[in-house]
Amino acid sequence: MELLTALFADYTLRTVALGAALLGVVSGVLGCFAVLRRQALLGDAMSHAALPGIALAFMLTGQRDPLVLLLGAAAAAWLAALLVLGITGTSRIKEDSALALTLSVCFGFGLVLLSLLQKRPDAAQAGLKRFLFGQAAALVERDIVVMAALGLPALLCVALLWKHFKLLSFDPEYAASLGMPTGALSILLTTLIVMAIAIGLQSVGVVLMSAMLVAPAAAARQWTNRLSIMVLLAASFGALAGVSGALISATTRGFSTGPTVVLCMAAITLGSLLCAPERGLLWRWIRGRRQLAPVD
Amino acid sequence: MHDALTITDLTVAYRDRPVLWDVDLSVPAGVLMAIVGPNGAGKTTLIKATLGLVRPAAGQTLIFGRPYAEQRRLVAYVPQRGSVDWDFPTTVLDVVMMGRYGSLGWLRRPGVRERDQALAALEQVHMAEFAGRQISQLSGGQQQRVFLARALVQDAQIYFMDEPFQGVDAVTERAIVAVLRNLRAAGKTVVVVHHDLQTVPEYFDWVTLINVRRIASGPVAEVFTEANLRATYGGRIAFLGQQGAAASAVGDLAADEATG
Repeated sequence: MELLTALFADYTLRTVALGAALLGVVSGVLGCFAVLRRQALLGDAMSHAALPGIALAFMLTGQRDPLVLLLGAAAAAWLAALLVLGITGTSRIKEDSALALTLSVCFGFGLVLLSLLQKRPDAAQAGLKRFLFGQAAALVERDIVVMAALGLPALLCVALLWKHFKLLSFDPEYAASLGMPTGALSILLTTLIVMAIAIGLQSVGVVLMSAMLVAPAAAARQWTNRLSIMVLLAASFGALAGVSGALISATTRGFSTGPTVVLCMAAITLGSLLCAPERGLLWRWIRGRRQLAPVD
Repeated sequence: MHDALTITDLTVAYRDRPVLWDVDLSVPAGVLMAIVGPNGAGKTTLIKATLGLVRPAAGQTLIFGRPYAEQRRLVAYVPQRGSVDWDFPTTVLDVVMMGRYGSLGWLRRPGVRERDQALAALEQVHMAEFAGRQISQLSGGQQQRVFLARALVQDAQIYFMDEPFQGVDAVTERAIVAVLRNLRAAGKTVVVVHHDLQTVPEYFDWVTLINVRRIASGPVAEVFTEANLRATYGGRIAFLGQQGAAASAVGDLAADEATG
C-alpha cells in the first residue's frame, strides 16, 4: 500500500514504473513472434551482442545520450543476427552452434570494451556497467521518451501487419506462394525484435533481456489457443513483471533491476505452467486422477 | 489457348547436387495430374520451383503462358502437412481464412465475407463442425482437409498439392478424391504429388513420371506403362496387376511404413 501511494507521489518511481511497463509490453508482444518462429535463442544472442554496440557508440561519440547508445546497441544486435545467418549459410556449422558462438564472442568483445572504458577518467560516471544487469532506478524522462519513440512504432507495425506476421510465423512458404514479400517481412520482424531488446537494455540489461522476450510469451501460450489473446496476455504479463520488478529494485538497496524483473516474470510463468486450464500441469494431473477413479 | 502449366529446361540444384535436371513439361488446362517418382526424385522441388519458393539454376515456368509472379491469383497451393507446427495458437477457421490473405491487400483484415467463404470450404471437406477447434486437436487427416480447404478459398484456376494423401485415413482420402473431381468438373487444373501408384489410374487422368529427369508425361492410359515405371523406379519395382496399370513401388511402400 505504501508502495502504491509512493508510486503516484514520487516522480522517480513513476518514471521507473512507466519505463518498465513500456518495456514489458513491447517485449511481450514481439516475444510472442520470436517464440513462435523459434527465434528465442536468436533474441538471446542479439541482446548479448548489444553490449559492444553500446560501448562502441559511447567511445565513438563520447555521448551518453540514450538515443545514441540504444542505436549503437540496435546496430550491433542486427549485425549479430546477420553474423548468425552468414555462419550458417556459408559453413557447415549448424544454427545452435552459430548462435552460441555469436553470443559468446560478441559478449566477450563487449566486456573487453567495457573494461577498457573503465580506465578512462570520463567513463566513470558514464554508468555503462548498468547495461549489464540493468538499473531501472536510473531511468530519467529522456530515457522514457527514447523508449517510447522506439516502442510505439514497433507496436503500431505489429498491429498494421498483423495478418502478415501471423502467416509468416505459421507457414512462411505458403505466405510466399500468396505473394507476400516474406524476406522483407522477416527482416522487419527481426528489426522490431531488436527494437524491443534495445528498449529493455537500460532497465533489464543485456544478460537477462532475452528472458523478457521468451517468458511472457511462454506463460501466455498456456492460457489461450488464439494468437491475438496470447499477444495481449504476454504484453500484460510483461508489464506486470516489469513494473513489480522495477519497483522492488528501485526501493530496495543494491538490487539490480534485471534479475528482480526476471524473477517476477519467472513466478508468473511458473504459475501459468502449473495452473492454466487444459495445458497446466495441475489440470492434467487432476484429469489423470479422474480417469483413474472407479466409475459407478 | 495456353497450357495451364509450361515448364522449359528447368534445372534445380541444392549446393552441387542436381535435384531436377533439364525438365520440360506441359500440362493442358482441365486435367487432374499426378506427379510420381521415387523418394528424392524432385517431385516437391518441381512444385516449389513453379511457385517461386526455390530458385532454379536454369529454366522457366509459366502459368497460363505468363510468369508466376503475374498469375498468383490463378494459383493455389497445398503444402505438405508436416511443413508447419500444428501447435501454433490458432483455430481451424482462422487457418482456412489465410487462403484469402493474398487477395485482401496490405492492411485489410479478413471479415464476414472471408469467414463465409472459409465456412463453405470447410463444408466441402466435411470439416464445418471443427471450425472453432484449435488446430493441435486435429488428426492427421483432418489437418490435411484443413489445408485443402485453405486452398479452396483461394478460388484458383490451377491447384498444386504436395502429398495430400500421405498418411491420411479413409474418410479423408474419399473427401480429397471428391474435391479433386469437383475441381475437374469446374474446369480447374490440379497437379498432385502422389505416392500410391495403385490409385493413379483411378484418381487421375494425366500423369508425369520423374526421377530427377522427366521420364514421361501424358494421359494415364498412354504413359502409365510398365516400361516407363521401370525407367522411373529402376529395379525397385514389383508389378502386381496386369496391363502395367496396378503397380506398387517396393521402395516407396517401405518409406510409407517408416513415416506413416
